[in-house]
Amino acid sequence: MDVFDALTLARFQFAFTVSFHIIFPAFSIGLASYLAVLNGLWLLTRRKVYFSLFQYWKKIFAVAFGMGVVSGLVMSYQFGTNWSVFSDKTGPVLGPMMGYEVLSAFFLEAGFLGIMLFGLKRVGETLHFIATAMVALGTFMSAFWILSVNSWMQTPAGYAINAAGQFVVTDWVAVIFNPSFPYRLVHMLLAAYLTTAFVVGGVGAWHLLKGHGNPGAKTMFSMAMWMAAIVAPIQIVAGDFHGLNTLEHQPAKIAAMEGHYDSHPGAPLILFGIPNPAESRIDYALELPRLGALILTHSWEGSIRGLNEFPPEQRPPVQIVFWSFRVMVGIGMAMLGIGVWSLLMRWRGRLFAAPWLHRAAVAMGPAGFVAVVAGWITTEVGRQPYTVYGLLKTVDSVSPIAAAAVGSSLVAFIVVYFALFGAGTFYIVRLMKKPPEKVEPDLPTDEPIRAAGINPAPALKVPGVVS
Amino acid sequence: MSPEISFDLATIWAGLIAFAVLAYVMLDGFDLGVGILFPFLPEETDRDQMMNSVAPVWDGNETWLVLGGGGLFAVFPLAYSIIMPALYAPIIGMLLALVFRGVAFEYRWKTKAGKFAWDWSFAGGSTVAAFAQGIALGALVQGIPVEGRAYAGGWWDWLTPFSLLTGVAVVVGYALLGAIWLIWKCEGRVQQQAFRHAQWTGIATVVLIGAVSVWTPFLNEAFRQKWFVWPTLLYAAPVPALLAVCVLALWNGLDGQHERQPFFAALGLFGLSFAGLCVNFYPYIVPSSVTIHEAAAPDNSLSFLLVGSVVLLPLILAYTAYSYWAFRGKVGVVGDYHH
Ligand code: HDD
Ligand code: HEM
Ligand code: HEM
Repeated sequence: MDVFDALTLARFQFAFTVSFHIIFPAFSIGLASYLAVLNGLWLLTRRKVYFSLFQYWKKIFAVAFGMGVVSGLVMSYQFGTNWSVFSDKTGPVLGPMMGYEVLSAFFLEAGFLGIMLFGLKRVGETLHFIATAMVALGTFMSAFWILSVNSWMQTPAGYAINAAGQFVVTDWVAVIFNPSFPYRLVHMLLAAYLTTAFVVGGVGAWHLLKGHGNPGAKTMFSMAMWMAAIVAPIQIVAGDFHGLNTLEHQPAKIAAMEGHYDSHPGAPLILFGIPNPAESRIDYALELPRLGALILTHSWEGSIRGLNEFPPEQRPPVQIVFWSFRVMVGIGMAMLGIGVWSLLMRWRGRLFAAPWLHRAAVAMGPAGFVAVVAGWITTEVGRQPYTVYGLLKTVDSVSPIAAAAVGSSLVAFIVVYFALFGAGTFYIVRLMKKPPEKVEPDLPTDEPIRAAGINPAPALKVPGVVS
Repeated sequence: MSPEISFDLATIWAGLIAFAVLAYVMLDGFDLGVGILFPFLPEETDRDQMMNSVAPVWDGNETWLVLGGGGLFAVFPLAYSIIMPALYAPIIGMLLALVFRGVAFEYRWKTKAGKFAWDWSFAGGSTVAAFAQGIALGALVQGIPVEGRAYAGGWWDWLTPFSLLTGVAVVVGYALLGAIWLIWKCEGRVQQQAFRHAQWTGIATVVLIGAVSVWTPFLNEAFRQKWFVWPTLLYAAPVPALLAVCVLALWNGLDGQHERQPFFAALGLFGLSFAGLCVNFYPYIVPSSVTIHEAAAPDNSLSFLLVGSVVLLPLILAYTAYSYWAFRGKVGVVGDYHH
């Protein structure tokens, strides 16, 4: 494989742009729901702190969401520019699903975002709350459809192949609810909630450490720690089920994730080691006997198919999958650890006076993003060498484009993404550094000029204006 | 080729995609146009007002572009897989430019020292995006060579004098839409300047539409047949006639400093030019290579998405209208309660 051929460059470009993209949705799915909860709690209890937190996180949401929108727009055209053969073949199946994503998710988000951000005074509390809920619903719908699309590529179902070589649909329900979809949807949504919870918790903990221990910081930290304690264990169970599903449909991927080259009953659980594809073994493996079999087959004697059962050209790249999987699982375990620790502190009444817990929470603030990207790398690299598992190879999916064209656009994406999304991250971190105030200023008073924009005063007469 | 139109699924979908593209051009045209006009209104407070006038709605406007691209992928996958590689450079250019301008909506308010940079990011991004869209349009109109099921041309085919002309035409046309939007949404100094800019961009737009229209029939025999040969002439003739009406209405509206008349006249101008384009294209989706029917996905894919569109599109139009209505009225002049 040539490093600079069009195929490799196109793959790298897709991986780069989608990895950047997923960071923002993972955060906006979770944050949109969190905002809806805060908004609802405020309307129910009328406790100021909820409203102030809503205003605080709303500003951060606006920036993250903007980055999600523009990076997503790039994704939807990239299928055509870089993967045109794939688009021609899978369009009749995947296209309508992505069409539904636009119609039922993107429009919903975009249509109500303006009202959610700037419209409170214009439409009243109830409609404003509905708008917030609609934005949250939109992010959910988006996840629903795009994950269905992705899952179909992993575990295709409900299709036939026509004379032109295109996949066509025989059964829409089977296509949408394909075998891996429910698992992936649950796992990804929980991932988004966890990611957000750890960001919120990290920010809360930071302000507690800095001694800005006001009600806002305490409330967000406490809410986030409840999420960690409850959702992290659920996520681990969901991940286990997800893995069983993958074992059933994509055994080569599981073998790569687990690092099993040979099939044998009572397979061990390999914790760490260095995959050695040349020799078909894991060097320096640190393993727990029989545990791998127990986890994947729920029996001590269970047998797992090793990579040696698959011809070399059908094996995914083991090193990447092996490591990215461990990164994700490791972070999941660490999240569970924080959750349990927080329960302990809460039980002792010292949740807000536990500097080491707070330090750990700050350190874990960005961990969700790492886990999400690692998880996706596991999933996507583990699917290789196919784009549609078992049916359409990645080599046969790429556009007939010149390497120079892909190469230069790749460089442009890298430069632009790092510069612009780097700036966005900087602004977000700066917003986070400000402690939540008792009466958190809205976008208006915070940004006076914009306030003018959203409080148009039809009654205001300016001299010299025709109306 | 008969001028009769059959109402099967593929044709309905061609109409819907055309509608999405037109909706995009009209809606995002305003807010891209506002960006294109940024350099002409250097006063910071004016720019604040300009940006505020589109801040709550730009995301929804851009979603029509996602629908256009996504819709093409869904119902005409063959066309999508031919057009996108053929227009590789302009499309990537447009996407990157849209990234620049999209992030500026948020970033611009987050910094004082860096504000000018995001002004440029907004203005440059808007202009380049519009230019790239115009080039893509021109490249599509002039035709795309196809072999089998794939694009068969070179990497610079999109770059021709004609596509450069359409590129400029779209930039200027969007600037007109931007000016007319500002006339409606702003008051005071911004509005007065917008009137001025609407006048010259209006003249330039009309001239450029004329130039493109005169050139187009010479690109391709089929186009010529439509505009100059009886009886198809009969279907095509009303378009130029109505265009003239819009031009007059636009001129009269600007001259009399009316706020709304220019708005609708400009929309009419764009709608009619677009209708003219559709006349040219039909029954092709990739001119002179692939017809609507050849490119269409199988019927069950078309009908599956159509059911949802019939339900969801009216809903979308309704809540989009609601959102515009919620932000109705003028964008106020700047209050000075800095802290
Ligand atoms: C699990 C969630 C998820 C995943 C895996 C993806 N996205 Fe995404 N996407 C979202 C969840 C999301 C979101 C949370 O719904 C966003 C973030 C901001 C927004 O507008 O919606 C979004 C935005 C977004 C937009 C902009 C919508 C707008 O203008 O409002 C587009 C076009 C896409 N995405 C397309 C894609 C494509 C083609 C993907 C596959 C490679 C993809 N997304 C992966
Ligand atoms: C958002 C999180 C995602 C991440 C981080 C991710 C990551 C990756 C990576 C690393 C690759 C390259 C694999 C390789 O070349 O070895 C890839 C390829 C690809 N993924 Fe994903 N992916 C994500 C989501 C999706 C989704 C939701 C879809 C479908 C809509 C998708 C469709 C594809 C396609 C078409 C390719 C290109 C062909 C290929 O190399 O397999 N991905 N992705
Ligand atoms: C420690 C427990 C966890 C286990 C056992 C686990 C298991 C898995 C497995 C087996 C896959 C691959 C699915 C496939 O082959 O297609 C996967 C993917 C993924 N994981 Fe995890 N996971 C865990 C924790 C986490 C955490 C904490 C996060 C993020 C906060 C996360 C986010 C993801 C994402 C985004 C994907 C890719 C999307 C998908 O296929 O669902 N995981 N996980």
